[in-house]
Amino acid sequence: MRANTWAGRNKVEVRDVPDPRILNKRDAVVRITSTAICGSDLHLVDGYVPTMQDGDVMGHEFMGEVVEVGPDVAAERLRVGDRVVVPFPIACGACNACAAELYSCCENTNPNAGIAEKMFGHPVAGIFGYSHLTGGFAGGQAQYARVPFADVGPLKIESDLADEQVLFLSDILPTGYMGAEMCDIQPSDVVAVWGAGPVGQFAMDSARVLGAAKVIAIDKEPYRLEMAERAGHIPVNFEEVDVRSRLLELTGGRGPDKCIDAVGLEATHGSAHIATYDRVKQAVRAESDRPHVLRQAIMSCRSGGVVSVIGVYGGLLDKFPAGAWMNRSLTLRTGQCHVQRYMKPLLGRIEGGELDPTRIITHTLPLEEAERGFELFKNKEDHCEKVVLKP
Amino acid sequence: MELTATTTIRRPATEVYAFWRDLENLPTFMAHLQEVRATGDRTSRWVADAPFGKDIAWDAEILEERPGEKISWRSAADADVPNAGTVRFTPAPDGISTEVHIALVYDIPGGTIGKAVAKYFGEEPHQQLDDDLRRLKQVMETGEVVRSDGAPWGKRAREEFPQRPAQPLSDAELAKGAGR
Repeated sequence: MRANTWAGRNKVEVRDVPDPRILNKRDAVVRITSTAICGSDLHLVDGYVPTMQDGDVMGHEFMGEVVEVGPDVAAERLRVGDRVVVPFPIACGACNACAAELYSCCENTNPNAGIAEKMFGHPVAGIFGYSHLTGGFAGGQAQYARVPFADVGPLKIESDLADEQVLFLSDILPTGYMGAEMCDIQPSDVVAVWGAGPVGQFAMDSARVLGAAKVIAIDKEPYRLEMAERAGHIPVNFEEVDVRSRLLELTGGRGPDKCIDAVGLEATHGSAHIATYDRVKQAVRAESDRPHVLRQAIMSCRSGGVVSVIGVYGGLLDKFPAGAWMNRSLTLRTGQCHVQRYMKPLLGRIEGGELDPTRIITHTLPLEEAERGFELFKNKEDHCEKVVLKP
Repeated sequence: MELTATTTIRRPATEVYAFWRDLENLPTFMAHLQEVRATGDRTSRWVADAPFGKDIAWDAEILEERPGEKISWRSAADADVPNAGTVRFTPAPDGISTEVHIALVYDIPGGTIGKAVAKYFGEEPHQQLDDDLRRLKQVMETGEVVRSDGAPWGKRAREEFPQRPAQPLSDAELAKGAGR
């Protein structure tokens, strides 16, 4: 089959690889009909996530048709011919983490748990196409994928919704939603979202759906801010205005009640000095993550507010404003999304017309053009917001 | 050399104990074991895998067994690498899960076998026992050892890095792996 693979730092390549097989009894093989490029794929390609290997099949946002099931997948749960969206964290459904619905922390699905434990203190779940640290599972930017624990994760789509309406249930819609949910949004809340990429846009829409009074979008790309504005959110361009002053102005001096970091470890900064400081520390491996957004969100949030982090961090960061966090009673909440928890309720919200995930799609390309898709997305060319690939 | 490891398994202690007490199950999750065969009520024959340089076999005897709680064993006097172990099963505070605590003692001899054993355990002997218990947990909670494309051979995926790439296996690789 054809698959988009990691070919070294800043390089992806569509190659011929073997077709996937059933390796465990609860596996399924899915013929992929739609897949997408995620912002976190850029962290892999940019070289910020260790343990990638030449030839790793990328991609963790995919859906398709079940073409084979392992002997222990119960027919009432999943059969050949079912149309499914596959959640990016692989979860067993039987461990204590899964019992607590902490699916991205599943205790059984990462065969490289020992490595993850060294990095993170405790292991994390396996993830499709997302380095060997999260298990070394082939991803979904391909014609076919093997899906372990197929009787646990995949969501069956039984209505006639188009792929584009449900594909993002695999990751970015639940991720954005969890970012908003962690904010415990009250009707009087002003919610500020850093990053108007795909996850940020969905965090904004989710904050609105959960009843926020006002939602603010912070980014530097005019086209992304316009996209947020068209969806009813208030744009703030950090290259044009001072973010803190503008947020104070928009909130009568209080600061946003809830702040969402939908950027993570590769933040860009308006101040060249601070950006250089973090970039240099990253280059010499004294710091793995550039936490500019996290710092600004903590400093901006009103006292007693919540800072919710859904942008990806990978390792260590520097100059964490612990004083502001502690003295002003802020709550910091975070997590890789527990996608399985949100797929069904969010499918309901899509069917009910409350959320329209298709609004962020700007490019649909054949899988063969994955490399071009990565370039468009990474360099924000041609007003690229979200690339869907068709195998 | 003394090694200890612990894990928590979301199954009742009686069930985890019963699985372990059937010593023939040990090779499904313990990387170095090829086969354990019961030879009597409390005696058994253990065969360790090729990473020792060559297969090595010994007899072992259960010294103490308290159903649902504890099993202790030790190798017979003539073992090349005298060893003993104790595994304890205690209820976790959640009232559902079982804590498994294992302690192994190896009396590593000099000479070729001693060198092979030392090489096998490598620089991080604890890592292997941790991984053994992780696989026990996988088997008890999910039914089998979990495989990925990067680590497709279950307990035989000993060398963690570099792994094979995270892409599906070819027919030739599958055939080779199945034959190992």
